[in-house]
Amino acid sequence: MKTMGAIRILPASKVAETVCGLVIDAVCRLPDDVLFALHAAKDIETGAAHAVLAQIIENEALARAARRPCCQDTGLAVVFIDIGQDVHVDGSLIDAVNLGVAEAYRKAYLRKSVLSAIARENTGDNTPAILHMRMVPGDRVSIHVTPKGFGSENMSRLFMLKPAEGEDGILESITQTARLGAANACPPVILGVGVGGTMEGAAILAKRQLLRACGSKASTPTLRRLEKEALRRVNALGIGPMGFGGRTTALAVLIGEMPTHLAGLPVAVNVQCHCARHAGAVI
Amino acid sequence: MKQIQLPLSARDIAILHAGETVTLYGEAVIARDAAHKRLYAMLQTGADLPFSLSGACIYYAGPCPAAPGEVIGPCGPTTSGRVDAYTPALIEAGLSAMIGKGARAPEVVHAMRGRAVYFAATGGAAILLSSHIVAAEVIAFADLEAEAVRRVTLAGMPVIVAIDAQGNSALWPIA
Repeated sequence: MKTMGAIRILPASKVAETVCGLVIDAVCRLPDDVLFALHAAKDIETGAAHAVLAQIIENEALARAARRPCCQDTGLAVVFIDIGQDVHVDGSLIDAVNLGVAEAYRKAYLRKSVLSAIARENTGDNTPAILHMRMVPGDRVSIHVTPKGFGSENMSRLFMLKPAEGEDGILESITQTARLGAANACPPVILGVGVGGTMEGAAILAKRQLLRACGSKASTPTLRRLEKEALRRVNALGIGPMGFGGRTTALAVLIGEMPTHLAGLPVAVNVQCHCARHAGAVI
Repeated sequence: MKQIQLPLSARDIAILHAGETVTLYGEAVIARDAAHKRLYAMLQTGADLPFSLSGACIYYAGPCPAAPGEVIGPCGPTTSGRVDAYTPALIEAGLSAMIGKGARAPEVVHAMRGRAVYFAATGGAAILLSSHIVAAEVIAFADLEAEAVRRVTLAGMPVIVAIDAQGNSALWPIA
């Protein structure tokens, strides 16, 4: 029998503390890549579209300075954790994530938007978080928090395409999602797209794309080509910033791919508003 | 920039035109999804409403809690379309201005004709917009917390006339 390697002990309280800090960091500023894309969009827009982008950029500066949320919809906390298999979390990891979320929403005066789905009773502390966990090699824990607003989440779609629909079907799914929903999703939007897997696999892959920087390169030449063409088609719709018409309906289309069944081609399109907040840390 | 006083005058309702950028001053009432469901039920049963709809301006929003020193927490608009099912009845009862974001149903645009104007504020610009709210108090449905009904005083809130009382729209798809 092999002897066991060194196991790193990580107190659950450290996870809670990290999640709390990441939530507050995420909601009170925009990532640099999003700001860069917003500035670039403002430079090419005119009229109401230009005015709206100027307000969004000014608002971000005010939020950052005041350390208050850019958007009042401080979202449902979606937390991605990659946990090294050589780490032992001392205490409940799930409880720690929820404690961190609850503490952030309480102490930073963030909006508590989570309620029971059918009775619509608010849970009072914005928990439970949505937690996506993977076991990975190593002794580190990587945590990404993306508080998700629902004006945009509501406009997301899942397509279970036939394999024959291929690349055209993928592009049409993305464009259709934007055509039907981007105007109400606080454009310019970012579209996270998951292609392949299963119904839920595609959806999680789509959400994972939203952690990528705007303008980051997709993993394969095919995906890079599809991202470019999808962005061209979405921006050709002319919906524009906040739906006032313009060249910038989306700042980016970010596509991820995973193997799927020979009988299917799932495509999930997760719509993200311009307030594309996320923050990460490795502990 | 044109300054508009709330409640809207008959003249403003008649002349405000889709696409105009204006700043709003005066009293508005914050109400969104859950509050609309209750207001609509009260209208259906003839119960007394917690505020008068006559000439009212409703701002579709659900602010963050106020931090110490704030009049109101960050407070940008929410998607207006989610209350479209209730809006024609509210306009019928006197509602003359709405502030929100995104498209409206044809029934709402029809009900607005000659009677109401729909303004769009920039979604996600919550701190910028709340800096133009100079007074706020919860006046009904406190149990709804973020969705409670609040009376607010606006001072120069920047908005765009999204749909005017003649049925013109500045929103995509632009005719």
